[in-house]
Amino acid sequence: MPLSLGLRAGLLSVVLFIAFIALWHAAVSGTGKVADIDPEYAKLMGASAVTGASAMPGPGDIGVKLWEHLTNPFYDNGPNDKGIGIQLGYSILRVLLGFGLAVVTAIPLGFLIGMSPLFYKALDPYIQILKPISPLAWMPLALYTIKDSNASAIFVIYICSVWPMLLNTAFGVASVRKEWLNVARTLEVGQMRTALSVILPAAAPTIMTGVRISIGIAWLVIVAAEMLVGGTGIGYFVWNEWNNLSITNVIIAILSIGVIGMLLDQALGWLARIVAYQE
Amino acid sequence: MSTSHIRIEGLRKTFPAPRGGTAVTVFDQVWFGIEKGEFVCLIGHSGCGKTTVLNILAGLDESSGGGVIVNGKEITGPSLDRAVIFQHHALLPWLSVLGNIAFAVRSRHPGWDKAKVRAHCQKYIDLVHLSGAELKKPSQLSGGMKQRVGIARALAIEPDILLMDEPFSALDALTRGSLQDELVSICTATQQTSFMITHDIDEAILLADKIVLMSNGPEARVCEIVENTLPKGRTRKDMHRHPHYYPMRNHLLEFLVNRANSFKTELSDPGYDPMHPPVTRPGVGQPAARPVTTGEPLLDAMTAGR
Ligand SMILES: Nc1ncnc2c1ncn2[C@@H]1O[C@H](COP(=O)(O)OP(=O)(O)OP(=O)(O)O)[C@@H](O)[C@H]1O
Ligand SMILES: [Mg+2]
Repeated sequence: MPLSLGLRAGLLSVVLFIAFIALWHAAVSGTGKVADIDPEYAKLMGASAVTGASAMPGPGDIGVKLWEHLTNPFYDNGPNDKGIGIQLGYSILRVLLGFGLAVVTAIPLGFLIGMSPLFYKALDPYIQILKPISPLAWMPLALYTIKDSNASAIFVIYICSVWPMLLNTAFGVASVRKEWLNVARTLEVGQMRTALSVILPAAAPTIMTGVRISIGIAWLVIVAAEMLVGGTGIGYFVWNEWNNLSITNVIIAILSIGVIGMLLDQALGWLARIVAYQE
Repeated sequence: MSTSHIRIEGLRKTFPAPRGGTAVTVFDQVWFGIEKGEFVCLIGHSGCGKTTVLNILAGLDESSGGGVIVNGKEITGPSLDRAVIFQHHALLPWLSVLGNIAFAVRSRHPGWDKAKVRAHCQKYIDLVHLSGAELKKPSQLSGGMKQRVGIARALAIEPDILLMDEPFSALDALTRGSLQDELVSICTATQQTSFMITHDIDEAILLADKIVLMSNGPEARVCEIVENTLPKGRTRKDMHRHPHYYPMRNHLLEFLVNRANSFKTELSDPGYDPMHPPVTRPGVGQPAARPVTTGEPLLDAMTAGR
């Protein structure tokens, strides 16, 4: 009996994972004791010179360290030694704050722009110029005006997540089918009710696409922003561990950034499915 | 005509000139009336401005001249008293059948509680034979069912007049037939004043008390108003046996095939007055015409006219 596609895909994923781990292991493990080296020199250089093993940690090292982090994610031993859970928490908090502020400003503003051809035309040049600016380019300006590194990071998240939502909301609202608006008009539905019960649900899938793009960008940017402002957060953690030369921790941080990014996207994907409709 | 329930008076629509072109007057001096409880069909070739007339009647579009008088008052915009059944149903796809109808009912009766709205909706869902499909989304319905929801939504607000723009043109012949039958029974039972655009001569003969013939544009006019001489209570199955059926049918066909085009010459006839277009009653006062097309497949008047 042929296996279902889902099952076969799952099997293939597992096989690929095992192959990757095996290759990784083979690539970083040493070949045993390397010829005669001056023992003094060997002592100086550490294991890598003695055994020929790479300084790159292998999957086993990562596994052990990961277990350590997972069993104790929230310890706090001062500013330079916090659990990875705490660091991720800081980053998520900043992203949700900046992103949340962007939601509450971009969606109403996008609505206004989408409903009024006048605003659409008048604001278009500004949006076109502001949109392509790398959010990190705002950082010095933010630090100078806000004078607070934490708030500056949140501002940078805000500024990077605002554009996709603003543009998608405006586009979604402006392209609501005329037929549906005519239905509301013939039923003498007031402006407010038309906006909430016709335009909003009609544009919701387009708006949600913008929201999803925004959170993706916000999560990309927070790592870089935290590397710049320092102090706390997963971005700072990565940079700090790099300075400690703890490649194992860097890899674990990369992994956790990926997992959290995926979870954020899936949460919004679930929301998007709720507001989706089929014509 | 001045006493009609709804009066279309000297209606004109001019679309502004596109860049580098000239403005087009699609129709001009369109006059006719609709009595209370009457079913009026509008027939004319594609592009003569029928949809535009209906949109102006609905208040969705503005006329360039003339106006529409309902109950002695000129209309200024859309109203709950004039319900529209759209050609492509225009259901809100994120709402269920019930939700779509309830949206209309709540607009009509903002004060009603949930139970009352629900009961009112159910009455109209049952009327169009959609019981059991209340919670389905439009995408889960067939074309005929969608149009039924559109009909229920329009009827549920109990409008003064029902406006329909080729409501059945997107449906297959079988579905169209059964929906026509239902519309006949609903409209006769409730004495619903109705105005409908159609391309289908048989549909007009079945449904209409009065058929308004519109000439080809630009500057289209009402050529003639044809009173349906078939008795009320006619059905799709038996109407072709009535002696007036073929005179009616031939008269309408003749109009679409020949006269709609050559109407410009009839216009110059000093007897023609756009305010009072001639009223004809095919089959009455003339020898019953021999059925011309017996046994032949029904000619598609529109294709023949092009
Ligand atoms: N917004 C517009 N701008 C310019 N011309 C228009 C516009 N809307 C309609 N027209 C023109 O007005 C004429 C009448 O259009 P209308 O849709 O009312 O025709 P119709 O009789 O309903 O045709 P059909 O039977 O194909 O539905 C057409 O020739 C069309 O090209
Ligand atoms: Mg039309």
